[in-house]
Amino acid sequence: MSSQTLNKHSQVKPLKPWNITPRELLPDFIGVLLAVGATILTLDFTPMRGKLGFIGALFFYSMIATASVNAIKRDAKAAKNSISSLFIYVAAGIVVTPVASIVYTIISRGLAGFGLGIFKTDMGNAVPDSPLNEGGLLHALIGTIETVLFATIICVPIAILTALYLTEIRGRFSGLVRFLVQAMSGVPSIIAGLFIYAIYLISFKAKYSGFAGSLALSILMLPTVARVAEEVLKLIPDDLREAGLALGATQWRTVSKIVIPAARSGLVTAVILGVARIAGETAPIILTIGGNDRVNWNLFSEQMSSLPFYIWRQYLYGGDLATSRAWTGILVLMIIVMFFFTLTRLLSRKGGK
Amino acid sequence: MSTNESDLSAKINQKGDSAKNATDQSKSLSSVSSARKVVDRTGSKFVGTGLTTKNVHAWFGKKHALADVSMDFASGTVTALIGPSGCGKSTFLRTLNRMHEFIPGAAMAGSVVLDGKDIYEAGTDVTKIRLRIGMVFQKPNPFPSMSIEENVLSGLKLAQIKIQNREQILQESLERAGLWKEVKDRLGEFGGSLSGGQQQRLCIARALAVNPEVLLMDEPCSALDPGSTLKIEETISELAKTITVVIVTHNMQQAARVSDYTGFFLSDNGPGELIEVAPTSQIFSNPKDPKTEAYVTGRFG
Repeated sequence: MSSQTLNKHSQVKPLKPWNITPRELLPDFIGVLLAVGATILTLDFTPMRGKLGFIGALFFYSMIATASVNAIKRDAKAAKNSISSLFIYVAAGIVVTPVASIVYTIISRGLAGFGLGIFKTDMGNAVPDSPLNEGGLLHALIGTIETVLFATIICVPIAILTALYLTEIRGRFSGLVRFLVQAMSGVPSIIAGLFIYAIYLISFKAKYSGFAGSLALSILMLPTVARVAEEVLKLIPDDLREAGLALGATQWRTVSKIVIPAARSGLVTAVILGVARIAGETAPIILTIGGNDRVNWNLFSEQMSSLPFYIWRQYLYGGDLATSRAWTGILVLMIIVMFFFTLTRLLSRKGGK
Repeated sequence: MSTNESDLSAKINQKGDSAKNATDQSKSLSSVSSARKVVDRTGSKFVGTGLTTKNVHAWFGKKHALADVSMDFASGTVTALIGPSGCGKSTFLRTLNRMHEFIPGAAMAGSVVLDGKDIYEAGTDVTKIRLRIGMVFQKPNPFPSMSIEENVLSGLKLAQIKIQNREQILQESLERAGLWKEVKDRLGEFGGSLSGGQQQRLCIARALAVNPEVLLMDEPCSALDPGSTLKIEETISELAKTITVVIVTHNMQQAARVSDYTGFFLSDNGPGELIEVAPTSQIFSNPKDPKTEAYVTGRFG
């Protein structure tokens, strides 16, 4: 059937009449040329200099050019529209530029010390001035993985149950709990570290350990996971809950067999966002894990290191080699966090379908 | 299939004509409903149970939504609840299996008696009541994380009922819902992959798998196309041989086609009330109350 239709209409060519022709683009092209030309002239003949002067002048002249081109081609409304579009593009550019700059700097400085070797050795037999191929960050990497993993184990059940209280039980204290969770997400990370330092290390006379770090991190992770999980659970239609209850299920069976499976990919996203949130936290780690130059696998005894701690310590040593190690640490940390964010995006896209 | 389609178009035509001529409509409708065969139910292993309500009232917060409804749903009959939007018929349906109480601020009075026992009696296990009184909702709502097979058997899993004859219950429920032939080769696919009408029949199969004695249907066809509607109506007619069905519908032709009894609800700026309940043919041909007559002949609502 479809092949017949194709043959019958084979002489009709697909067109895109909404595409802009070069002729229509000509005024815009002239506008761009004029704006760039005016900017260069301004920089030559006035005291405005440098990159900032160039960007400022270009922005100013582009605004005039785009407004007048649109005013000539159409009307005053189109001119206003073009000016607001320009502002939006510039605002987006302002957001993207620092991020791009940070990523570029980290990669260009961190690559010097980057290599497989850093994942094989720790700083136990190295001093800050050791060459880059001696002394890696294995101890810090293991510390980060263990503390973050254990913080996740502590945090996720509490956070998901909190979200379930808010969306399923909808109890009398929902408003209060939601408010406190939101307030918690505004707590500065060093407060979380000081809290564990005061409660666990001083009151219980415990020693520095990875476990203390995990406790501090879980406090920071909790509001992120709980809030995202709440949003995800809210998206599950009430129809499904009613269907479960109408089949003679208790509320807990309905939640555990229907609501949570339906929200699974979203809940995984919530957890990964929480992990990405805490992987780079420095202040609570500095106050709780104590730091170590050797690999320590045991989360519950002896001091531990972690990537943020390693970066901070190497930077404090100063000197070209130690600073270079700090940049490499930042690069590794960035790769880890980016990995988690990418994973989140992939999962949420899957869930969207 | 072709006979179904011509049947359907006839019914659609009938609907169009009926709007113009009220008398004709009631005649043709009564003929449709009286055409429903009386079936011998002896020997069937699915046995319906009658349901009786006495002076049921319902509130949402301070709003009195439903007043003083007393109805009898005899075993093995189909009862349609009709009436304009907001007349309390869905609220009434939800009081019948205690789904009403999930709405915040909900309250009720009166009694709903199943098999000689008030389901609102203190100490009643609500989950057991809902196993005996199943429900199908307006929008098809198969569980998205489960396959077709898992959806059908989900009621058993949710209520933690141990079963030996899994395959048998699966096939039987799907057959009773009129879906077995269409899905028997794709039981492992997700419920969401079915069409809207098939999804709704899957929901019916899911409700049937726990072997309820009463099935409540809240506008089960309002989100479906005419073809699927017809299939579901056939399903309802089949089900009525074995269990008690209560169906809320906005479609009077549907009420006439599938039900034995019809209850007309109306709210006159106050709580919804049951105006009249009678055999369906009587409601559509010779209603006692002038309000019922005005509604079924399409003069308002």
